[in-house]
Amino acid sequence: MDAGMSTSSHLKAQARFPLQEHFLPRKNSKENLDRFIPNRSAMDFDYAHYALTEGRKGKDQAAAAVSSPSREAYRKQLAETMNLNHTRILAFRNKPQAPVELLPTDHSASLNQQPKSVKPRRYIPQSSERTLDAPDIVDDFYLNLLDWGSANVLAIALGHTVYLWDASTGSTSELVTIDEEKGPVTSINWAPDGRHVAIGLNNSEVQLWDSASNRQLRTLKGGHQSRVGSLAWNNHILTTGGMDGQIVNNDVRIRSHVVETYRGHTQEVCGLKWSGSGQQLASGGNDNVVHIWDRSVASSNSTTQWLHRLEEHTSAVKALAWCPFQANLLATGGGGGDRTIKFWNTHTGACLNSVDTGSQVCSLLWSKNERELLSSHGFTQNQLTLWKYPSMVKMAELSGHTSRVLYMAQSPDGCTVASAAGDETLRFWNVFGVPEIAKKAAPKAAHEPFSHVNRIR
Amino acid sequence: MASKTAAAKDIITLHGSAAIVSEFFCYAANSILYNRAVYPEESFVKVKKYGLPMLLIEDESVKSFLSNLTSQISEWLEAGKLQRVVLVIMSKATGEVLERWNFRIETDNEVVEKGVSREKSDKEIMREIQAIMRQVASSITYLPCLDEACVFDVLAYTDTDVAVPFTWIESDPKLIANPQMVKLHAFDTKIHKVDTLVSYKNDEWDEEE
Repeated sequence: MDAGMSTSSHLKAQARFPLQEHFLPRKNSKENLDRFIPNRSAMDFDYAHYALTEGRKGKDQAAAAVSSPSREAYRKQLAETMNLNHTRILAFRNKPQAPVELLPTDHSASLNQQPKSVKPRRYIPQSSERTLDAPDIVDDFYLNLLDWGSANVLAIALGHTVYLWDASTGSTSELVTIDEEKGPVTSINWAPDGRHVAIGLNNSEVQLWDSASNRQLRTLKGGHQSRVGSLAWNNHILTTGGMDGQIVNNDVRIRSHVVETYRGHTQEVCGLKWSGSGQQLASGGNDNVVHIWDRSVASSNSTTQWLHRLEEHTSAVKALAWCPFQANLLATGGGGGDRTIKFWNTHTGACLNSVDTGSQVCSLLWSKNERELLSSHGFTQNQLTLWKYPSMVKMAELSGHTSRVLYMAQSPDGCTVASAAGDETLRFWNVFGVPEIAKKAAPKAAHEPFSHVNRIR
Repeated sequence: MASKTAAAKDIITLHGSAAIVSEFFCYAANSILYNRAVYPEESFVKVKKYGLPMLLIEDESVKSFLSNLTSQISEWLEAGKLQRVVLVIMSKATGEVLERWNFRIETDNEVVEKGVSREKSDKEIMREIQAIMRQVASSITYLPCLDEACVFDVLAYTDTDVAVPFTWIESDPKLIANPQMVKLHAFDTKIHKVDTLVSYKNDEWDEEE
């Protein structure tokens, strides 16, 4: 089986011992992320392998007439690494220039056996592709004033007015200007159908609008006592988070819309995100706490107990992002006093990793195409940082904003990110890839919340 | 470097040993880059070192990368904090790791803590390094062909308490799945012992035999 090696006696090849737990043989080593090991770089494979093979050591030595030096050395290396459990692995930051390819490309193509097409390292433009004016945008950390709907329309709240920007045509239209005493707008969120949009106001009301006909459909009142700073949709349920610390699940189809209230936060709820499956809700507050709420924990009456209460952050948690390629993985980012991004297994509540970013984390977005995470920051650089997951190596730092990048939204095709800051600009970054390469997601038939009622109220 | 005395053995200080090891690494890296054809032959120039014709790359960016590397490695060696240095060869197109040249370093901690020096003949060390260099050159007989364009990177495994300079970043180990491993000779300055191991990705053609 190991023929083809040189005949030199001391070069007996090492028999195949897996270094990583492979349940299936894989040809493409890029696809070897085991779903049960989210943080590969924190795993000590050498020790794990040593522990796995230790039982067989005695038998092997008795059987083998000639114990090859390489096998001995390998074992010795593993044994020593087991003791040196804490090692840092460092790489030099400035990589050398890659060699210019002299071999003809068709030569390498004939040996290419990978089923997937080879993706070259993509170029991430360091400056924004487009910059738009966003005058009067409210520079408040706890608000969520930007969202990109599935119909490729961006909604942004500037002061008391909500504007819609159609990404395919580049045209802007005004949706609504709220009355003085009700506004300003404190949060905005598109429904999954990309047509209806929820607008949270400073006076604790939430308005529902139809962007196609520019009509207001409904106002949700009575859920909160103070401003609604965060919104999250889950099919027909609109979850609202308020400055009063309460989180309310509203069923927008029925008259008595408050179906559930989650109590747990003692200060403003600034981050609110439903998981991809719609089963779990993550909420972050100004009380530095992240709560995970599970829908299967049903409640008969009002208050529901949280599934997990995560208190490791030392500052307000607004940045929340559920991982699209790994279930039960949540990334959270802390504010100015914390500055870390933490990764959680929401099934067990364990903190998997914590990375100090050096600057307040205002927002987090996962890439839909690659295993990457984008974070937006404030003082001093006001940059967007792209991290490779799970190694958390910085892949790019995008600067341009001159004040903290409070709001970020991702295009439905997953390639472009829009960011808005208190410097009154809205910038677009092609950070997740070029639109031609990314797969166009099939248009999902989103559940329309108002499809089966003729009239609301 | 080691000071010459009348006796057959020379005195080696921590500083000298660190210099020997980091210089060895620089030449070894160059030799690997040449022999594995990571960079084209024309970009190398021949020099005499270790009693052998060694090849050094001319390319400025690679030269400065390696010199930054060796000075940092030297610093870490003197502090006794370096555990190993790994030169990783990856495919340029896919970023997949194809080869890992693993230089494991064992430091005599007594020397680091107390500052004593050791004795070993300079020539002996040179001979050991020469043997390794010859083995690296002959490695092309059994290592699988690298037909695609490759890039290389260097990882340093250090103790956790080391102060990371700004120019270095944390990295993942860039391991190879199911590697074949070959152990090469080691050399020892009596202060630092350097083991060499190359692990490479299994060439699929081998399996059929």
